[in-house]
Amino acid sequence: MSEKKYSKKHEWIMLNGEYATVGISKHATEMLGDIVFVELPEKGKSLNKEEKAAVVESTKAASDVYTPVSGEIMETNQPIVDDPSNVNKDPENNGWFFKIKIKDKSELDSLMSQPDYEKFVKDNPN
Amino acid sequence: MEKTALYNFHKNSGAKFVPFAGYEMPIQYKDGIVKEHINTRQSVGFFDVSHMGQFFVSGGRSTELSLEKIIPLDFKEIKMNQSKYSFLINDEGGVIDDLIITRVENGFNIILNAACKDNDIKEIAKCLNSESKYELRKDLSLIALQGPKAETILESIIKGVKELKFMNGNYFKFLEKKVYITRSGYTGEDGFEISVPNVIVENLIKLLTDKDAKPIGLGARDTLRLEAGLCLYGHELNQEINPIQANLKWAISKKRRETGGFKGWENIKKDLQNGVSKIRVGIKPAGKIIAREGTKIYSNTGEEIGIITSGTYGPSVNSPVAMGYVKSKFSEIDNKILIEVRGKKHEAKVSKLPFYKKSYVK
Repeated sequence: MSEKKYSKKHEWIMLNGEYATVGISKHATEMLGDIVFVELPEKGKSLNKEEKAAVVESTKAASDVYTPVSGEIMETNQPIVDDPSNVNKDPENNGWFFKIKIKDKSELDSLMSQPDYEKFVKDNPN
Repeated sequence: MEKTALYNFHKNSGAKFVPFAGYEMPIQYKDGIVKEHINTRQSVGFFDVSHMGQFFVSGGRSTELSLEKIIPLDFKEIKMNQSKYSFLINDEGGVIDDLIITRVENGFNIILNAACKDNDIKEIAKCLNSESKYELRKDLSLIALQGPKAETILESIIKGVKELKFMNGNYFKFLEKKVYITRSGYTGEDGFEISVPNVIVENLIKLLTDKDAKPIGLGARDTLRLEAGLCLYGHELNQEINPIQANLKWAISKKRRETGGFKGWENIKKDLQNGVSKIRVGIKPAGKIIAREGTKIYSNTGEEIGIITSGTYGPSVNSPVAMGYVKSKFSEIDNKILIEVRGKKHEAKVSKLPFYKKSYVK
């Protein structure tokens, strides 16, 4: 398992061999409030870096979730569809969104480390 | 940006603020919208709605007749301390604002929507003669206390409020000052709206929180009113929609529906006689998909038949809920329709309102 990285759009990604797990950051869930709906991509779907991959909705509004890297969707986390509050409870572990087979590992280089992301959030509070 | 007298209280309670109608208002507190919503349904919560206009009009019968030109109520019917839901109507029959009007000593209290109040006052003033006096009461706060425990809690602070019937009010004493309390609300729960001087509103809030009432933000106010099937101005109601289309015929007094004599009457009479071409309905998506404001509605055969005006997830019904306008022939309860969300059509049906059953005290 490698280091967890973060995108400017508040997704986290953790690489494990050829596969990576993607979710939304704790900060993102705090900004969204209670999540009441999740729509996940179909398995087998190929997506490009920063393409729309999933949807989360709070009681107030819908937001898109983007994939931080290009690749093929291998697995999705059904428990967060069945009970979207699972995302709020544990956003950076059990609240993961999908597993993706990475096309080009160098795409990870442009993402932020945890300390960099924390600084980014501090400098961009909204 | 304006602030209510409770701004510091909200801030100290961990509120997240949003700009709303020129005010900095709490959208939610630390617990979040879903918990705040459930707490109101199961226990009791309070809302700072001091951004709303508390407009007082005084005068005699001629003032009532002036108000009848723009408000389609039979003012003779309104008893002392009785509240009525109604509207300000424009020349075409459209809704300038929806309001609650209460007969008090020497006149009427009218509660106006925050975003509309300045324009409302101009429209009302145009109808009044020199005998009438009016004032927007900026010295008063307005607190809505809502939920099954509202009566017990408020009675322990202000004796006698439990005698109030739904849509009735009266003056009470609180800390040696006059407060006006009505039994009403906007959540589908029993509760009260308390008009209290700004200088003692924090004292009232302190007593309410001591008795475990929780502050509730505008976010939960919206999910609560939507589950209760209640209209929100700017969404279900606007200047282009008349009360008949909004399925609020009941809010026009029976006598006024027969004799008219108010602005926009010609159009409203036509709709009363011939039926409306579009009407407000409740809409329940079949799955978990949430239909937001602006979502297009289609018939089962793919014809575009209307649009969603409000939609969210209803925490107490544990499913998405929405309201919108559809062509009248598709408005029958349980009629299957389609809603288009993110480019895909999803099944839904026309639902009876409210989504959540009320428990008002009669």
